[in-house]
Amino acid sequence: MMGWKQIPPGMVILEAGSALKFKTGSWRAFKPRWIEENCIHCLLCWLYCPDNAVKVKDGKRGEFDFDYCKGCGICALECPGKKGNKAIVMEEEVK
Amino acid sequence: MTKVVAVTGNEAVANAFRQIEPDVCAAYPITPQTELMQRFASFVSDGKVKTELILVESEHSALSACVGAAAAGGRVATATSSQGLALMWEILFITSGMRLPVVMAVVNRALSAPINIHCDHSDAMGARDSGWIQLWSENAQEAYDNAIQAFRIAEHMDIRLPVMVCYDGFIISHSIERIEYLDDDIVKNFVGEYKPLYPLLDIENPKSYGPLILTDLYMEVRRAHAEVYKKVPQVVLKVAEEFEKISGRKYGLFETYRLEDAEIGLVVLNSAAGTAKDVVDEYRDKGIKVGLIKPRLFRPFPYGEIGDALKHLKAVCVLDRADAFGGSFGPLYLDIATSLYPYSIKPALINRIYGLGGRDFMPEHVAYVIEELKKIVETGKVESFKEYIGVRE
Ligand code: SF4
Ligand code: SF4
Repeated sequence: MMGWKQIPPGMVILEAGSALKFKTGSWRAFKPRWIEENCIHCLLCWLYCPDNAVKVKDGKRGEFDFDYCKGCGICALECPGKKGNKAIVMEEEVK
Repeated sequence: MTKVVAVTGNEAVANAFRQIEPDVCAAYPITPQTELMQRFASFVSDGKVKTELILVESEHSALSACVGAAAAGGRVATATSSQGLALMWEILFITSGMRLPVVMAVVNRALSAPINIHCDHSDAMGARDSGWIQLWSENAQEAYDNAIQAFRIAEHMDIRLPVMVCYDGFIISHSIERIEYLDDDIVKNFVGEYKPLYPLLDIENPKSYGPLILTDLYMEVRRAHAEVYKKVPQVVLKVAEEFEKISGRKYGLFETYRLEDAEIGLVVLNSAAGTAKDVVDEYRDKGIKVGLIKPRLFRPFPYGEIGDALKHLKAVCVLDRADAFGGSFGPLYLDIATSLYPYSIKPALINRIYGLGGRDFMPEHVAYVIEELKKIVETGKVESFKEYIGVRE
Protein backbone atom coordinates (compact mmCIF):
# COMPACT_ATOMS: atom_id res chain seq x y z
CA MET A 1 0.00 0.00 0.00
CA MET A 2 1.15 3.53 -0.92
CA GLY A 3 2.35 5.83 1.89
CA TRP A 4 1.52 9.54 1.82
CA LYS A 5 4.95 10.49 0.49
CA GLN A 6 4.26 8.54 -2.72
CA ILE A 7 0.98 10.33 -3.52
CA PRO A 8 1.18 12.11 -6.91
CA PRO A 9 0.17 15.83 -7.03
CA GLY A 10 -3.61 16.19 -7.11
CA MET A 11 -3.93 12.38 -7.07
CA VAL A 12 -3.85 12.51 -10.88
CA ILE A 13 -3.62 8.96 -12.20
CA LEU A 14 -1.00 8.75 -14.93
CA GLU A 15 -1.69 5.16 -15.90
CA ALA A 16 -4.25 4.65 -18.66
CA GLY A 17 -7.04 2.09 -18.21
CA SER A 18 -6.38 1.62 -14.50
CA ALA A 19 -10.13 1.12 -13.84
CA LEU A 20 -9.48 -2.49 -14.95
CA LYS A 21 -7.74 -3.01 -11.61
CA PHE A 22 -10.86 -2.07 -9.67
CA LYS A 23 -13.31 -4.95 -9.87
CA THR A 24 -16.78 -3.71 -9.09
CA GLY A 25 -18.65 -7.00 -9.63
CA SER A 26 -18.87 -7.56 -5.88
CA TRP A 27 -21.26 -4.57 -5.56
CA ARG A 28 -23.99 -6.56 -7.34
CA ALA A 29 -27.30 -7.43 -5.67
CA PHE A 30 -29.03 -8.44 -8.91
CA LYS A 31 -27.37 -10.36 -11.70
CA PRO A 32 -28.31 -10.17 -15.38
CA ARG A 33 -28.92 -13.51 -17.15
CA TRP A 34 -28.65 -13.70 -20.95
CA ILE A 35 -31.24 -15.84 -22.72
CA GLU A 36 -29.49 -16.49 -26.00
CA GLU A 37 -32.51 -17.79 -27.95
CA ASN A 38 -34.34 -14.45 -27.46
CA CYS A 39 -31.32 -12.38 -28.56
CA ILE A 40 -31.41 -10.52 -31.89
CA HIS A 41 -27.81 -9.25 -31.50
CA CYS A 42 -28.80 -5.59 -31.73
CA LEU A 43 -26.02 -4.77 -29.21
CA LEU A 44 -28.12 -2.18 -27.35
CA CYS A 45 -26.99 -3.86 -24.11
CA TRP A 46 -23.35 -3.32 -25.10
CA LEU A 47 -24.06 0.30 -25.98
CA TYR A 48 -25.95 1.13 -22.78
CA CYS A 49 -23.85 -0.76 -20.23
CA PRO A 50 -22.08 1.92 -18.13
CA ASP A 51 -19.39 -0.56 -17.08
CA ASN A 52 -18.36 -2.07 -20.39
CA ALA A 53 -19.46 -5.41 -18.93
CA VAL A 54 -21.18 -6.80 -22.04
CA LYS A 55 -18.65 -8.45 -24.30
CA VAL A 56 -18.89 -8.56 -28.09
CA LYS A 57 -17.20 -11.18 -30.27
CA ASP A 58 -17.14 -11.07 -34.08
CA GLY A 59 -19.93 -8.49 -34.14
CA LYS A 60 -22.17 -10.75 -32.04
CA ARG A 61 -23.25 -10.35 -28.47
CA GLY A 62 -21.01 -12.33 -26.11
CA GLU A 63 -21.18 -13.20 -22.38
CA PHE A 64 -21.28 -10.76 -19.45
CA ASP A 65 -18.02 -9.83 -17.74
CA PHE A 66 -19.08 -10.38 -14.14
CA ASP A 67 -15.85 -8.94 -12.76
CA TYR A 68 -17.22 -5.48 -13.59
CA CYS A 69 -21.02 -5.87 -13.96
CA LYS A 70 -22.59 -3.93 -11.07
CA GLY A 71 -26.04 -5.33 -11.72
CA CYS A 72 -27.64 -1.97 -12.48
CA GLY A 73 -30.20 -3.56 -14.83
CA ILE A 74 -29.90 -0.99 -17.60
CA CYS A 75 -29.15 -3.70 -20.19
CA ALA A 76 -32.26 -5.65 -19.18
CA LEU A 77 -34.41 -2.50 -19.40
CA GLU A 78 -33.10 -1.53 -22.84
CA CYS A 79 -33.11 -5.06 -24.33
CA PRO A 80 -35.85 -5.35 -27.01
CA GLY A 81 -35.57 -9.19 -27.15
CA LYS A 82 -37.52 -11.25 -29.66
CA LYS A 83 -41.31 -11.11 -30.06
CA GLY A 84 -41.80 -9.49 -26.66
CA ASN A 85 -39.52 -11.94 -24.86
CA LYS A 86 -36.58 -10.24 -23.18
CA ALA A 87 -33.12 -11.67 -23.81
CA ILE A 88 -31.87 -10.31 -20.49
CA VAL A 89 -33.55 -10.87 -17.13
CA MET A 90 -32.38 -9.72 -13.71
CA GLU A 91 -32.18 -12.34 -10.98
CA GLU A 92 -31.39 -11.95 -7.32
CA GLU A 93 -27.74 -12.63 -6.58
CA VAL A 94 -27.24 -15.76 -4.53
CA LYS A 95 -24.09 -16.08 -2.50
CA MET B 1 9.16 52.40 -17.59
CA THR B 2 6.28 52.54 -15.15
CA LYS B 3 3.13 54.35 -16.06
CA VAL B 4 1.26 56.28 -13.38
CA VAL B 5 -2.50 56.19 -13.81
CA ALA B 6 -5.66 57.04 -11.88
CA VAL B 7 -7.89 53.96 -11.99
CA THR B 8 -10.31 51.89 -9.91
CA GLY B 9 -9.15 48.69 -8.22
CA ASN B 10 -11.21 46.61 -10.65
CA GLU B 11 -9.68 48.42 -13.60
CA ALA B 12 -6.18 47.77 -12.24
CA VAL B 13 -6.82 44.05 -11.81
CA ALA B 14 -8.47 43.82 -15.24
CA ASN B 15 -5.33 45.41 -16.65
CA ALA B 16 -3.15 42.86 -14.82
CA PHE B 17 -5.28 40.08 -16.37
CA ARG B 18 -4.84 41.72 -19.80
CA GLN B 19 -1.08 41.84 -19.36
CA ILE B 20 -0.98 38.20 -18.23
CA GLU B 21 -3.47 37.06 -20.90
CA PRO B 22 -4.74 33.78 -19.40
CA ASP B 23 -5.77 31.04 -21.86
CA VAL B 24 -9.25 30.80 -20.36
CA CYS B 25 -11.48 32.97 -18.15
CA ALA B 26 -14.92 31.84 -17.02
CA ALA B 27 -16.85 34.21 -14.79
CA TYR B 28 -20.37 35.27 -13.89
CA PRO B 29 -21.28 38.86 -13.08
CA ILE B 30 -21.85 39.86 -9.46
CA THR B 31 -21.49 43.25 -7.78
CA PRO B 32 -18.86 44.54 -7.04
CA GLN B 33 -16.77 42.18 -9.19
CA THR B 34 -18.76 42.82 -12.39
CA GLU B 35 -16.73 45.82 -13.51
CA LEU B 36 -13.53 43.76 -13.48
CA MET B 37 -14.75 41.05 -15.85
CA GLN B 38 -16.72 43.55 -17.93
CA ARG B 39 -13.48 45.46 -18.56
CA PHE B 40 -11.65 42.23 -19.28
CA ALA B 41 -14.42 41.17 -21.70
CA SER B 42 -13.80 44.44 -23.57
CA PHE B 43 -10.13 43.51 -23.95
CA VAL B 44 -11.27 40.18 -25.43
CA SER B 45 -13.77 41.81 -27.85
CA ASP B 46 -11.25 44.47 -28.86
CA GLY B 47 -8.75 41.76 -29.74
CA LYS B 48 -6.25 42.94 -27.10
CA VAL B 49 -6.03 39.40 -25.66
CA LYS B 50 -6.62 35.97 -27.16
CA THR B 51 -8.18 34.61 -23.95
CA GLU B 52 -11.14 32.28 -24.40
CA LEU B 53 -13.91 33.91 -22.35
CA ILE B 54 -16.54 31.35 -21.37
CA LEU B 55 -20.05 32.60 -20.69
CA VAL B 56 -21.68 30.52 -18.00
CA GLU B 57 -24.99 30.46 -16.15
CA SER B 58 -23.68 30.67 -12.57
CA GLU B 59 -20.56 30.87 -10.45
CA HIS B 60 -20.76 27.13 -9.81
CA SER B 61 -20.45 26.66 -13.57
CA ALA B 62 -17.79 29.38 -13.84
CA LEU B 63 -15.42 27.62 -11.48
CA SER B 64 -16.32 24.21 -12.95
CA ALA B 65 -15.31 25.50 -16.38
CA CYS B 66 -12.09 26.84 -14.86
CA VAL B 67 -11.34 23.41 -13.37
CA GLY B 68 -11.84 21.76 -16.75
CA ALA B 69 -9.72 24.32 -18.56
CA ALA B 70 -6.93 24.11 -15.97
CA ALA B 71 -6.91 20.30 -16.05
CA ALA B 72 -6.81 20.47 -19.85
CA GLY B 73 -3.57 22.43 -19.49
CA GLY B 74 -4.47 26.13 -19.64
CA ARG B 75 -3.60 29.17 -17.55
CA VAL B 76 -6.94 30.14 -16.01
CA ALA B 77 -8.38 33.12 -14.13
CA THR B 78 -11.78 34.09 -12.75
CA ALA B 79 -13.33 36.57 -10.33
CA THR B 80 -16.29 36.77 -7.97
CA SER B 81 -17.78 38.28 -4.81
CA SER B 82 -20.04 37.29 -1.92
CA GLN B 83 -22.86 34.90 -2.94
CA GLY B 84 -20.89 34.04 -6.07
CA LEU B 85 -18.04 32.70 -3.99
CA ALA B 86 -20.54 30.92 -1.76
CA LEU B 87 -22.02 29.23 -4.82
CA MET B 88 -18.54 28.14 -5.91
CA TRP B 89 -17.93 26.47 -2.55
CA GLU B 90 -18.17 22.88 -3.75
CA ILE B 91 -15.78 23.47 -6.64
CA LEU B 92 -13.28 25.42 -4.51
CA PHE B 93 -12.26 22.19 -2.77
CA ILE B 94 -12.08 20.33 -6.09
CA THR B 95 -9.79 22.99 -7.58
CA SER B 96 -7.35 22.81 -4.67
CA GLY B 97 -7.64 19.02 -4.26
CA MET B 98 -6.63 18.55 -7.88
CA ARG B 99 -3.82 21.11 -7.44
CA LEU B 100 -5.05 23.32 -10.27
CA PRO B 101 -3.35 26.75 -10.26
CA VAL B 102 -6.44 28.88 -10.98
CA VAL B 103 -6.23 32.56 -9.97
CA MET B 104 -9.38 34.29 -8.71
CA ALA B 105 -9.96 37.89 -7.76
CA VAL B 106 -12.32 38.02 -4.76
CA VAL B 107 -13.82 41.49 -4.47
CA ASN B 108 -14.91 41.27 -0.85
CA ARG B 109 -18.61 41.76 -0.20
CA ALA B 110 -20.97 40.85 2.64
CA LEU B 111 -22.95 37.60 2.55
CA SER B 112 -26.75 37.41 2.62
CA ALA B 113 -29.14 37.48 4.44
CA PRO B 114 -29.95 40.35 4.63
CA ILE B 115 -28.80 41.08 1.12
CA ASN B 116 -26.10 43.75 0.95
CA ILE B 117 -23.73 44.65 -1.87
CA HIS B 118 -21.05 46.43 0.20
CA CYS B 119 -17.76 45.37 1.67
CA ASP B 120 -17.00 42.97 4.43
CA HIS B 121 -14.85 39.86 4.55
CA SER B 122 -17.43 37.18 5.25
CA ASP B 123 -17.20 35.83 1.68
CA ALA B 124 -13.46 35.08 1.63
CA MET B 125 -13.48 34.06 5.30
CA GLY B 126 -16.12 31.45 4.51
CA ALA B 127 -13.70 29.94 2.01
CA ARG B 128 -10.60 30.18 4.18
CA ASP B 129 -10.25 26.43 4.71
CA SER B 130 -10.94 25.44 1.09
CA GLY B 131 -7.26 24.95 0.27
CA TRP B 132 -6.89 28.15 -1.77
CA ILE B 133 -3.98 30.43 -1.01
CA GLN B 134 -5.31 33.87 -0.01
CA LEU B 135 -3.48 37.14 -0.62
CA TRP B 136 -5.13 40.26 0.82
CA SER B 137 -4.65 43.76 -0.57
CA GLU B 138 -4.91 47.16 1.13
CA ASN B 139 -5.36 49.28 -2.00
CA ALA B 140 -5.56 49.13 -5.81
CA GLN B 141 -1.77 49.03 -6.15
CA GLU B 142 -1.55 45.99 -3.89
CA ALA B 143 -4.47 44.33 -5.71
CA TYR B 144 -2.66 44.84 -9.04
CA ASP B 145 0.68 43.67 -7.65
CA ASN B 146 -0.87 40.66 -5.89
CA ALA B 147 -2.76 39.66 -9.05
CA ILE B 148 0.51 39.52 -10.99
CA GLN B 149 2.35 37.64 -8.25
CA ALA B 150 -0.61 35.26 -7.78
CA PHE B 151 0.03 33.54 -11.13
CA ARG B 152 3.68 32.94 -10.28
CA ILE B 153 2.75 31.60 -6.83
CA ALA B 154 -0.09 29.38 -8.07
CA GLU B 155 1.95 27.94 -10.93
CA HIS B 156 5.12 27.29 -8.94
CA MET B 157 5.99 23.64 -9.49
CA ASP B 158 6.62 23.05 -5.76
CA ILE B 159 3.02 23.90 -4.88
CA ARG B 160 0.59 24.12 -7.84
CA LEU B 161 -2.31 25.56 -5.83
CA PRO B 162 -5.14 27.98 -6.63
CA VAL B 163 -4.86 31.56 -5.32
CA MET B 164 -7.47 34.13 -4.31
CA VAL B 165 -6.54 37.80 -4.50
CA CYS B 166 -8.83 39.63 -2.06
CA TYR B 167 -9.56 43.38 -2.08
CA ASP B 168 -12.37 45.41 -0.58
CA GLY B 169 -15.57 45.81 -2.58
CA PHE B 170 -16.40 49.43 -3.55
CA ILE B 171 -13.83 50.91 -1.13
CA ILE B 172 -11.03 49.63 -3.39
CA SER B 173 -12.83 48.08 -6.37
CA HIS B 174 -14.68 51.28 -7.33
CA SER B 175 -12.57 54.12 -5.89
CA ILE B 176 -10.09 55.81 -8.18
CA GLU B 177 -6.53 55.82 -6.90
CA ARG B 178 -3.10 56.65 -8.20
CA ILE B 179 -1.35 53.48 -9.17
CA GLU B 180 1.76 52.48 -11.07
CA TYR B 181 1.41 50.04 -13.95
CA LEU B 182 4.33 47.94 -15.05
CA ASP B 183 5.06 47.62 -18.76
CA ASP B 184 3.28 44.82 -20.59
CA ASP B 185 6.57 43.17 -21.56
CA ILE B 186 7.87 43.25 -18.02
CA VAL B 187 4.70 41.59 -16.69
CA LYS B 188 4.64 38.99 -19.47
CA ASN B 189 8.27 38.20 -18.85
CA PHE B 190 7.70 38.01 -15.08
CA VAL B 191 4.85 35.51 -15.27
CA GLY B 192 6.56 33.63 -18.11
CA GLU B 193 5.16 31.02 -20.41
CA TYR B 194 2.64 28.71 -18.78
CA LYS B 195 3.93 25.22 -18.04
CA PRO B 196 1.11 22.75 -17.51
CA LEU B 197 1.50 19.78 -15.19
CA TYR B 198 -0.36 16.66 -16.38
CA PRO B 199 -2.48 18.35 -19.09
CA LEU B 200 -5.48 16.28 -20.18
CA LEU B 201 -5.01 17.53 -23.76
CA ASP B 202 -1.69 15.71 -23.96
CA ILE B 203 -3.53 12.75 -25.48
CA GLU B 204 -0.33 10.76 -26.03
CA ASN B 205 -0.22 10.39 -22.24
CA PRO B 206 -3.73 9.61 -21.02
CA LYS B 207 -4.50 10.36 -17.38
CA SER B 208 -7.43 10.61 -14.97
CA TYR B 209 -8.37 13.56 -12.75
CA GLY B 210 -10.61 13.23 -9.72
CA PRO B 211 -10.56 9.50 -9.01
CA LEU B 212 -12.59 7.72 -6.34
CA ILE B 213 -10.35 7.24 -3.29
CA LEU B 214 -11.88 5.31 -0.42
CA THR B 215 -10.88 4.35 3.12
CA ASP B 216 -7.66 2.64 2.06
CA LEU B 217 -5.98 5.75 0.61
CA TYR B 218 -8.00 8.94 1.34
CA MET B 219 -6.05 9.69 4.55
CA GLU B 220 -2.72 9.42 2.71
CA VAL B 221 -3.97 11.73 -0.05
CA ARG B 222 -5.07 14.35 2.50
CA ARG B 223 -1.81 14.02 4.46
CA ALA B 224 0.18 14.58 1.27
CA HIS B 225 -2.03 17.59 0.47
CA ALA B 226 -1.45 19.14 3.92
CA GLU B 227 2.31 18.90 3.35
CA VAL B 228 2.19 21.12 0.25
CA TYR B 229 1.03 24.16 2.25
CA LYS B 230 4.26 24.15 4.27
CA LYS B 231 6.12 25.19 1.13
CA VAL B 232 3.80 28.11 0.31
CA PRO B 233 5.42 30.84 2.49
CA GLN B 234 8.87 30.31 0.89
CA VAL B 235 7.33 30.46 -2.58
CA VAL B 236 5.41 33.66 -1.71
CA LEU B 237 8.60 35.29 -0.38
CA LYS B 238 10.68 34.21 -3.38
CA VAL B 239 8.11 35.57 -5.83
CA ALA B 240 7.92 38.82 -3.80
CA GLU B 241 11.70 39.18 -3.97
CA GLU B 242 11.65 38.85 -7.75
CA PHE B 243 8.68 41.20 -7.97
CA GLU B 244 10.60 43.84 -6.03
CA LYS B 245 13.29 43.73 -8.72
CA ILE B 246 10.82 44.67 -11.47
CA SER B 247 8.66 47.08 -9.46
CA GLY B 248 10.69 48.46 -6.57
CA ARG B 249 7.78 47.50 -4.30
CA LYS B 250 8.44 45.23 -1.35
CA TYR B 251 6.04 42.49 -0.20
CA GLY B 252 6.23 39.93 2.60
CA LEU B 253 3.91 37.49 4.34
CA PHE B 254 2.51 40.50 6.25
CA GLU B 255 3.28 44.16 6.72
CA THR B 256 4.27 45.66 10.06
CA TYR B 257 3.86 49.35 10.75
CA ARG B 258 5.73 51.00 13.64
CA LEU B 259 5.51 47.70 15.49
CA GLU B 260 9.11 47.01 16.61
CA ASP B 261 9.12 49.15 19.77
CA ALA B 262 5.32 49.19 20.20
CA GLU B 263 3.51 48.25 23.41
CA ILE B 264 0.03 48.07 21.96
CA GLY B 265 -0.92 46.89 18.51
CA LEU B 266 -3.69 46.50 15.98
CA VAL B 267 -4.18 43.63 13.57
CA VAL B 268 -6.27 44.51 10.53
CA LEU B 269 -6.77 43.29 6.94
CA ASN B 270 -7.17 45.20 3.67
CA SER B 271 -8.31 48.81 3.22
CA ALA B 272 -9.01 49.53 6.91
CA ALA B 273 -5.27 49.21 7.51
CA GLY B 274 -4.78 52.47 5.61
CA THR B 275 -7.11 54.38 7.94
CA ALA B 276 -5.58 52.69 10.98
CA LYS B 277 -2.00 53.64 10.00
CA ASP B 278 -2.97 57.36 9.98
CA VAL B 279 -4.33 57.08 13.51
CA VAL B 280 -1.27 55.12 14.62
CA ASP B 281 0.81 58.10 13.42
CA GLU B 282 -1.33 60.54 15.40
CA TYR B 283 -0.87 58.50 18.58
CA ARG B 284 2.86 58.13 17.94
CA ASP B 285 3.06 61.93 17.73
CA LYS B 286 1.54 62.01 21.23
CA GLY B 287 4.21 59.55 22.43
CA ILE B 288 1.95 56.49 22.61
CA LYS B 289 3.80 53.37 21.45
CA VAL B 290 1.30 51.83 19.09
CA GLY B 291 1.93 49.73 15.98
CA LEU B 292 0.05 47.67 13.43
CA ILE B 293 0.26 44.42 11.56
CA LYS B 294 -1.56 43.75 8.31
CA PRO B 295 -1.57 40.10 7.14
CA ARG B 296 -1.04 39.63 3.40
CA LEU B 297 -0.75 35.84 3.15
CA PHE B 298 -3.85 34.85 5.12
CA ARG B 299 -3.95 31.23 3.86
CA PRO B 300 -1.83 29.36 4.67
CA PHE B 301 -1.57 31.51 7.81
CA PRO B 302 2.03 32.19 8.89
CA TYR B 303 1.41 31.37 12.57
CA GLY B 304 5.08 31.24 13.62
CA GLU B 305 6.13 34.50 11.98
CA ILE B 306 3.06 36.47 13.13
CA GLY B 307 3.28 35.13 16.69
CA ASP B 308 6.91 36.19 16.76
CA ALA B 309 6.07 39.69 15.49
CA LEU B 310 3.35 40.22 18.14
CA LYS B 311 4.61 38.41 21.24
CA HIS B 312 6.42 41.42 22.77
CA LEU B 313 3.29 43.58 22.89
CA LYS B 314 1.26 44.23 26.05
CA ALA B 315 -2.19 44.45 24.45
CA VAL B 316 -3.46 43.76 20.94
CA CYS B 317 -6.81 44.36 19.24
CA VAL B 318 -7.71 42.17 16.28
CA LEU B 319 -10.15 44.01 14.02
CA ASP B 320 -12.38 41.60 12.11
CA ARG B 321 -14.58 42.66 9.18
CA ALA B 322 -16.52 39.38 9.51
CA ASP B 323 -18.05 37.61 12.46
CA ALA B 324 -18.08 33.89 13.11
CA PHE B 325 -21.55 33.09 14.31
CA GLY B 326 -22.05 30.46 16.95
CA GLY B 327 -20.61 32.41 19.87
CA SER B 328 -17.09 32.30 18.47
CA PHE B 329 -14.64 35.11 17.68
CA GLY B 330 -13.89 36.75 14.34
CA PRO B 331 -11.84 34.55 12.01
CA LEU B 332 -8.71 36.73 12.11
CA TYR B 333 -8.82 36.80 15.92
CA LEU B 334 -8.88 32.99 16.07
CA ASP B 335 -5.71 32.76 13.99
CA ILE B 336 -3.92 35.51 15.92
CA ALA B 337 -4.85 33.81 19.20
CA THR B 338 -3.50 30.51 17.85
CA SER B 339 -0.24 32.12 16.78
CA LEU B 340 0.26 33.61 20.28
CA TYR B 341 -0.79 30.53 22.25
CA PRO B 342 2.70 28.91 22.35
CA TYR B 343 4.20 31.86 24.27
CA SER B 344 3.98 31.85 28.06
CA ILE B 345 4.15 35.66 28.17
CA LYS B 346 1.85 37.16 25.58
CA PRO B 347 -0.29 40.25 25.00
CA ALA B 348 -3.88 40.61 26.21
CA LEU B 349 -5.91 39.99 23.08
CA ILE B 350 -9.26 41.56 22.26
CA ASN B 351 -11.51 41.24 19.22
CA ARG B 352 -13.52 44.11 17.73
CA ILE B 353 -15.92 43.52 14.83
CA TYR B 354 -16.19 46.52 12.47
CA GLY B 355 -17.38 47.57 9.05
CA LEU B 356 -19.92 44.82 8.30
CA GLY B 357 -21.92 45.32 5.11
CA GLY B 358 -19.86 48.37 4.14
CA ARG B 359 -20.33 50.35 7.40
CA ASP B 360 -17.68 53.09 7.31
CA PHE B 361 -14.57 52.47 9.35
CA MET B 362 -13.60 55.90 10.65
CA PRO B 363 -10.44 57.21 12.34
CA GLU B 364 -12.45 57.65 15.56
CA HIS B 365 -13.07 53.88 15.62
CA VAL B 366 -9.32 53.28 15.56
CA ALA B 367 -8.83 55.88 18.31
CA TYR B 368 -11.55 54.18 20.35
CA VAL B 369 -9.79 50.79 20.29
CA ILE B 370 -6.38 52.35 20.97
CA GLU B 371 -7.91 53.99 24.07
CA GLU B 372 -9.33 50.61 25.08
CA LEU B 373 -5.92 49.00 24.71
CA LYS B 374 -4.25 51.77 26.73
CA LYS B 375 -6.74 51.14 29.52
CA ILE B 376 -6.07 47.40 29.44
CA VAL B 377 -2.33 48.05 29.80
CA GLU B 378 -2.92 50.52 32.68
CA THR B 379 -5.36 48.37 34.64
CA GLY B 380 -4.21 44.90 33.60
CA LYS B 381 -7.89 44.04 33.12
CA VAL B 382 -9.86 43.07 30.01
CA GLU B 383 -13.51 44.00 30.39
CA SER B 384 -14.77 42.40 27.21
CA PHE B 385 -12.95 40.17 24.78
CA LYS B 386 -15.32 40.58 21.87
CA GLU B 387 -17.50 43.55 20.92
CA TYR B 388 -18.94 45.20 17.83
CA ILE B 389 -17.74 48.77 17.18
CA GLY B 390 -19.48 51.47 15.15
CA VAL B 391 -22.90 49.97 15.87
CA ARG B 392 -25.96 51.75 17.32
CA GLU B 393 -27.22 50.47 20.66
S1 SF4 C 1 -26.49 -5.03 -15.30
FE1 SF4 C 1 -25.64 -3.03 -15.71
S2 SF4 C 1 -23.47 -3.34 -15.42
FE2 SF4 C 1 -24.33 -5.36 -15.64
S3 SF4 C 1 -24.13 -5.80 -17.78
FE3 SF4 C 1 -26.16 -4.94 -17.50
S4 SF4 C 1 -25.91 -2.77 -17.91
FE4 SF4 C 1 -23.85 -3.63 -17.59
S1 SF4 D 1 -30.01 -5.85 -26.08
FE1 SF4 D 1 -30.96 -7.86 -25.82
S2 SF4 D 1 -31.39 -8.47 -27.91
FE2 SF4 D 1 -29.95 -6.80 -28.09
S3 SF4 D 1 -27.98 -7.82 -28.14
FE3 SF4 D 1 -28.35 -7.35 -26.02
S4 SF4 D 1 -29.30 -9.18 -25.21
FE4 SF4 D 1 -29.41 -9.31 -27.39
